[in-house]
Amino acid sequence: MSPGTAQLTPVAPRSRISLPALAAASLVLVTLALVLVFFVAPNDADQGFSQRIFYFHVSIAITAYACFGLGAWKALLHLWKRDPRADLESYVAVHQGVIFGSLVLITGSIWAKISWGHWWLWSEDQLVLFLVLFLFYAAYFMLRYSVDPGPQRANFSAVYALFGVVLIPVSFMAIRLAKQAIHPVVFTRHGPNFGGWILVTYCVAQVAMLVLAYTLYRIELAGKRVDARVRELKEVLA
Amino acid sequence: MYVRDVGALARKDLLLELRARDTLPAMLLFVVATFVVFHFALPSGSSDLAASGLLWVAIVFTALLGIGRAFVPEREQRVLDGLVLAPCDRSAIWLGKGIATLAFLAAAEVVALPVFALFFHGLTAATVAAVVLADLGICAVGTFLGAMAVATRARDLLLPLLFLPLAIPIVIGGVGASIVASPGRYLAFLALYDAVFALICWASFEYVVTE
Repeated sequence: MSPGTAQLTPVAPRSRISLPALAAASLVLVTLALVLVFFVAPNDADQGFSQRIFYFHVSIAITAYACFGLGAWKALLHLWKRDPRADLESYVAVHQGVIFGSLVLITGSIWAKISWGHWWLWSEDQLVLFLVLFLFYAAYFMLRYSVDPGPQRANFSAVYALFGVVLIPVSFMAIRLAKQAIHPVVFTRHGPNFGGWILVTYCVAQVAMLVLAYTLYRIELAGKRVDARVRELKEVLA
Repeated sequence: MYVRDVGALARKDLLLELRARDTLPAMLLFVVATFVVFHFALPSGSSDLAASGLLWVAIVFTALLGIGRAFVPEREQRVLDGLVLAPCDRSAIWLGKGIATLAFLAAAEVVALPVFALFFHGLTAATVAAVVLADLGICAVGTFLGAMAVATRARDLLLPLLFLPLAIPIVIGGVGASIVASPGRYLAFLALYDAVFALICWASFEYVVTE
């Protein structure tokens, strides 16, 4: 063993669930969700077949929030506990959040076109909010790639990711203030106003998207860690 | 002790501006020029509501101009290294710079708001209150992001990208307060924005200037 080996960052993942098991679980869950959405769930009384995109749109939106939340949590761990792995984990979580956030914009746009006849509606809270978040997190990448890798970049990214989770509720309030709602409210204070297969389908789709996002997160993280490890090994050998 | 540090830092920036006059004349010229551009951008016969909205565009972009300049002396003369080494709380650097930026923005608006009233239409008390509240939020968040942007390679290019998504709630609150009959909710929202973001900026500024 060369003396340089001691400085290398560990590649070993600290989570317990193996990546192949996760990938298999997301394959099964997503397939199950597709079957339920297209063959089991009943047609919506108002919107008919097109309403089925709701199962993806809403579950992807919640998943994107979860990714941004995870990114902010890892950012906090970086600033607070100085966890050496947290910076990369925060970045990967935000990256997944942006991917799922873009999907929210796309599915929402399709749904708006079919239901209301327009590709874009400023009156739809969630779409506008995701547009603001998309702009915000796109700037996160600009910021991150404008600073050389190192502690300063990790700090900047972490602080900006924390701003993001504060911006989500603040923007949501602002957008609510700015308009009157015509977005269909699915969850009311009395709980979901649907039952039976609709609820089952939604829950399966939601779990499927969360597991899929976590799998993608782990895959990207593993790739990035191997990449960093290879670069370090090259430096040791050089 | 903390108050004295903040006061000294803000005084330094104000003194520097009094001697060099780098920022304020530029902000003043910019905001008046913006109003003239807006006058020609609005087709004749446009409602006063549209002009009220444009006032907020002018304020946000004028603030951006000032914020972009805020940390330039710190970078060019490497003052920031000295400030970080000084035995004071790091958040005092943010607060001092924020107060100085607020003073510049307020000075620009003392001229800009009457000019707006002259060119477009009169201003309500609610609009002025919203401008004051929005200034606090703009300077708190803007100064914080300015300190980050100045340390990156992209510098001036990055600041608007970082700042504008965070300024959208301010614009919504400001425009709302300017155009509705009962602006209480919008003013309360602006105050909430100020409090929340001032707190998070104050708590995390240390990580921007140290490693």
